[in-house]
Amino acid sequence: MALSSLDLYNVEELYSEDERLVRDTVRAWVNERVMPHIEEWAWEGHFPRELIPEMAELALFGSTFTEYGLPGLSHVAYGLVMQELERGDSGLRSFVSVQSALVMYPIMTWGSQEQKDRFIPRLARGELIGCFGLTEPDFGSNPGGMRTRARRHGDRWVLNGAKAWITNGSIADLATVWAKDDEGTIRGFLVERGTPGFSTVEHKGKYSLRASVTSQLIFEDVEVPEANRLPLAAGLKCPLSCLTQARYGISWGALGSALATFHATLDYTKSRLQFGERPIACHQLVQERLVWMANEITKGQLMVWRLGRLKDAGRATFVQVSQAKRNSCWVARECARLARELHGANGVVNEYPIMRHLMNIESVYTYEGTHDMHTLILGEHLTGFPAFMPPRNEG
Amino acid sequence: MKYCVLVAYVPDTASIIKIGGAGNRIDEGGIKWIISPYDEFALEEAIRLKEARGGEVTVITYGPDRGSTGLRECLARGADRAVHVMGGEATFGDAFAIARVLAAAVQKAGPFDLILCGIKGVGSDQSLVGAMVAELLDVPHVSGVVKLEVGEGSLTAQRDVEGGTEVFTAPLPCLVAAHKGLNEPRYPSLKGIMAAKKIPIETWKPADLGLDEAALGGAEATSRWLKLELPAAKAGGTILNGEEDPAGAARELARLLRHEAKAI
Ligand SMILES: Cc1cc2nc3c(=O)[nH]c(=O)nc-3n(C[C@H](O)[C@H](O)[C@H](O)COP(=O)(O)OP(=O)(O)OC[C@H]3O[C@@H](n4cnc5c(N)ncnc54)[C@H](O)[C@@H]3O)c2cc1C
Ligand SMILES: Cc1cc2nc3c(=O)[nH]c(=O)nc-3n(C[C@H](O)[C@H](O)[C@H](O)COP(=O)(O)OP(=O)(O)OC[C@H]3O[C@@H](n4cnc5c(N)ncnc54)[C@H](O)[C@@H]3O)c2cc1C
Repeated sequence: MALSSLDLYNVEELYSEDERLVRDTVRAWVNERVMPHIEEWAWEGHFPRELIPEMAELALFGSTFTEYGLPGLSHVAYGLVMQELERGDSGLRSFVSVQSALVMYPIMTWGSQEQKDRFIPRLARGELIGCFGLTEPDFGSNPGGMRTRARRHGDRWVLNGAKAWITNGSIADLATVWAKDDEGTIRGFLVERGTPGFSTVEHKGKYSLRASVTSQLIFEDVEVPEANRLPLAAGLKCPLSCLTQARYGISWGALGSALATFHATLDYTKSRLQFGERPIACHQLVQERLVWMANEITKGQLMVWRLGRLKDAGRATFVQVSQAKRNSCWVARECARLARELHGANGVVNEYPIMRHLMNIESVYTYEGTHDMHTLILGEHLTGFPAFMPPRNEG
Repeated sequence: MKYCVLVAYVPDTASIIKIGGAGNRIDEGGIKWIISPYDEFALEEAIRLKEARGGEVTVITYGPDRGSTGLRECLARGADRAVHVMGGEATFGDAFAIARVLAAAVQKAGPFDLILCGIKGVGSDQSLVGAMVAELLDVPHVSGVVKLEVGEGSLTAQRDVEGGTEVFTAPLPCLVAAHKGLNEPRYPSLKGIMAAKKIPIETWKPADLGLDEAALGGAEATSRWLKLELPAAKAGGTILNGEEDPAGAARELARLLRHEAKAI
């Protein structure tokens, strides 16, 4: 069932038999169930909700956990799942990332037993769709500045504020929402669809992730029972640690996008004839671009494999995850751009997957911490100087 | 009910085939291996029968080391037990030798109520092994089955024939060779893949079945692959540009059809 894929450094040998089987399974599913329709879905702005039961059947949601009969994949296998989904489409990968890393993960990590029993099996079966509300209209890279407030009244909390750019927002049954309490401590809440005062508005006019839903969440005196607060979550480090989980998956996923644009370009340049009926792949200038793509993808494959093994050993740091997210998204973005160039005019139409990947990767480059923010995280790690705040004028 | 599925692990149908060293085998470098597609139908049918009425599914393959990867995939899809008869180099492509090994393995692993296999194995496409195994086991067989109903002690199987359908009944135990259309095979689930890791694969050698692979491939051999040739490269087509002079292009097309292709 497998199709060959770029592997210049025999990374295939670094994966175990079950990791390969997991990858090949998801690859076959994406090829058969997603690829024939994805251009149309993206064009129409349609999220393929009808695929959720199949994804649940494959056990794609929360697949690294072992509780509740979940598969307990290694992190390398999980990464390969993300790679194959994003080789299809970044929007599809985003859906699985959010459900697994941003909704099931915080419930498993900071939730009560009752919350886990209530929500995890239904999230795993895809009967509930989750979303993760951290970003606000005025606070993106600096989520610690959030304005959404949660005020306690006995055994209830009252939420007020707004979240923006939330993947799955208007289709979600369950929103993980981060808000500050009266002491200014960030807390996590599980807000259920239909709770009075909770509404959503879809962001219209996206040129990117068109096969994924992105929305604003609005909270007007929304009453949430104490039983729906994540009891063990306190402080910005909690949502940030969710992001570390999701970023890890993105570091693999973005390479899937790069593999898609690379392979499309390799095929195209070998078959497109110009100047003397010769394939454009004969030209040194074209080969240089193909080599650049293959070379960066190869380095990326080794980086995420190593990161996955560190994560399986419980030793991956958030700085390493930042570095891999930053690198993979940059590689994928450059690959999409080069692929666009090499496809000529065909690179702008949806008969080829290029423009879709190129537009998608702009979101992936920005969400879960922009490229710049990861530069600053690495910069601080190397130098010891945090450079997030603008330099003050002390003249 | 006990079900047995014979599974061949074969080159991916999407692989680019090159001819190898001695000219009578394909070059296996860079080949991806898959469960032979018809065997997927056989396996799926066995798993569905088990799910509907209980029982146990055993998968058997005969082949080199890599066959265990195929067996893992069968376990991930829902098989309960896997047997790997290690070998196959000496008997390569000899359907009768392979059938002797498989029949002996089925006998040792059994008894079974139903034995399923694919109608043909990708790569050699001979459609011989199933019928031979059935004869060696002295059980009836139905080959090319697109619909199957298993009752108490007997089965009803349908085959598509040109312009119609044949319906057979046969007593159990019986061998059924699956054809495309029997069912829609499932994907292994990630959960199944992880659970399959814990099931040990039983590894046998032909000698454990009382067979001598060297003799099967030597004095007792019934067929050998002498030579493989790739099909002749397709000649590039002729394109007539009709944009400027459609009538002239049509005349030229008619001339080519008459004199070159001799089609009219
Ligand atoms: C399709 C999509 C889906 C999303 N899904 C979710 C979701 O599910 N949940 C969620 O909570 N959020 C989500 N987001 C939001 C995303 O995480 C934010 O857009 C991202 O964090 C950037 O925030 P911002 O858009 O406010 O940009 P800003 O923070 O305003 O950044 C704008 C630019 O300024 C730069 N910049 C900012 N601060 C600094 C600095 N200190 N030094 C140097 N440069 C700086 C940035 O790098 C960037 O280039 C999504 C976004 C998109 C596009
Ligand atoms: C390059 C190459 C390498 C191959 N390597 C292997 C290999 O490593 N292992 C392998 O099993 N096959 C392998 N095959 C396929 C194998 O050669 C054929 O399946 C075998 O020759 C049987 O011949 P057949 O076409 O008559 O089988 P068919 O009669 O067409 O097969 C009918 C059915 O019999 C069963 N069957 C056949 N052979 C086996 C077997 N060995 N084990 C279990 N069930 C079987 C299957 O259910 C199959 O669908 C390879 C083929 C090629 C071209």
